[in-house]
Amino acid sequence: MLKDITLGQYFPIDSILHRLDPRFKIIDTMLFIIMLFSGNHFWTLMIGAIFVIMAQLLSKVPLKMSWKSIRPILPVLAVTAILNLVFIDSGDLLFEWKFLKITQGGINTSIFMVCRIVLLIIGSSLLTYTTSPILLTDAIESLMSPLKKVNFPVHEMAMMMSIALRFIPTLLEETDKIMSAQKARGAMLDSGTLMERVKAMIPILIPLFVSAFRRAEELATAMECRCYRGGEGRTRLRQLKASGKDYISLMICLLFLITSAAVNIILS
Amino acid sequence: MAILKTEGLTYTYSAGTPFEKTAVDHVDLCIEENTMIGVIGHTGSGKSTLMQHFNGLLQPTSGKVLLEHQDIWADKSKLREVRFKVGLVFQYPEYQLFEETVAKDIAFGCRNMGLSEEETKKRIIETAQMLGIRELLDRSPFALSGGQKRRAAIAGVMAMRPKVLILDEPCAGLDPRGRELMLHQIQDYQKKTQSTVLLVSHSMEDVAAFTKKLLVMNQGKLFCYEETEKVFRRTEELKALGLRVPQIASVMQALRKKGYDLPEDLYTVEKARDAVFTLLRKEAASC
Repeated sequence: MLKDITLGQYFPIDSILHRLDPRFKIIDTMLFIIMLFSGNHFWTLMIGAIFVIMAQLLSKVPLKMSWKSIRPILPVLAVTAILNLVFIDSGDLLFEWKFLKITQGGINTSIFMVCRIVLLIIGSSLLTYTTSPILLTDAIESLMSPLKKVNFPVHEMAMMMSIALRFIPTLLEETDKIMSAQKARGAMLDSGTLMERVKAMIPILIPLFVSAFRRAEELATAMECRCYRGGEGRTRLRQLKASGKDYISLMICLLFLITSAAVNIILS
Repeated sequence: MAILKTEGLTYTYSAGTPFEKTAVDHVDLCIEENTMIGVIGHTGSGKSTLMQHFNGLLQPTSGKVLLEHQDIWADKSKLREVRFKVGLVFQYPEYQLFEETVAKDIAFGCRNMGLSEEETKKRIIETAQMLGIRELLDRSPFALSGGQKRRAAIAGVMAMRPKVLILDEPCAGLDPRGRELMLHQIQDYQKKTQSTVLLVSHSMEDVAAFTKKLLVMNQGKLFCYEETEKVFRRTEELKALGLRVPQIASVMQALRKKGYDLPEDLYTVEKARDAVFTLLRKEAASC
């Protein structure tokens, strides 16, 4: 079923990570990414791993969900590992066959890269697991608000993003319904040649577009009726307020980043 | 004879997540041939989910659906044939129209069945006539009025001549006259094709006037499946389910309580009118 696709992959439970201010969570995630990519040693990777494990435990999101976010990038991981294995030529030569050379350095780097990507995915998907998409856009709008000074349409962009996010489930549901309706009329959606399959999409795409345009028009009218005039002087229902725990989370992330940087410098 | 049967049919949405919900809970049913059946139950009672099992759009979490004594999930390659035998019209079916002309859209199902051009054409015209959209066949479905679109979409399923036709609220959003007309057209279709029609509806008046049997759902469970008149005698139970009896049945009940000698099975206006007239005549004669 289409419903199983997690786009806004919010996992609605209650944990300290869920309750953090989304703006801080975004900054924390950025610091975490910087930490991961600035480190060049297994020890910095260990620090990253500790950070991820800690965050994972605090978030109370089941491990199954992390696996769900890694599964789709398994091919990427495989390609990364193979490319590093084959093309890095340093350290002891372990194996040679025609033009293929596998060296100790290659093995090290490919393990390092795979671990780094896995940590990156698990860590950053915690942000989307613990923050609802609407809160995320609010936070992005708030973080980007300095750009308003240079006439960048921050509010409009954020509004477009929240509307798009808001309508993903609606349109998915709609697609599901249209697919069911056409299947009920004997449409074959999952078999046949490529050409047949493309053709089979027409009875789904046309009604979907028609309804998307209809919805857009209705929404525009509804917004006009409520005198929507853009972001100027607009207050919000969900006020983002930073509290003690948010600053603590920021401190912890900074601490990790500094430790990692220090380890990096000492080891190199 | 039974055409559709379910045995211990259970369906759970999003099993294993925080959103888990059992929408259909151990339903055992036996639906007969050549009849018109009403399906009632308040919002979220599992009507629509149950209906989607009848043509194999949803696979039961446990239990079986038998069409002509064959388990429809026994051979997945035959599922498509099941869908030709059990036609399902969703709520607001007008949103599924996609072709350039109404005729082409109606033909979609027939083409998928692999019918010949002549047979398809014949069926398009027959069905359009039944639904009163004969003149619209060459128009674009997007240029029609709401009621006409609805009819065009329903025609698309009817043209497949399924043995069982399921209509999920075919009258939702139509004006009173359009409703009446639509229901009569559906009744005509049922009589002409001798098929089984399942009519999902929130209007007790509609099911009272047009159906022989009623299937009542409550919180995913089958509350009862029996003759319409029998169901509407259970006023109090229906109220407890968030449903009600047709207005005229309430009026008749109130009259009975006041001591008027009226029969118990009056749930359509016509029958009630006749009964009241008979009673008045009797009283006039005894005066």
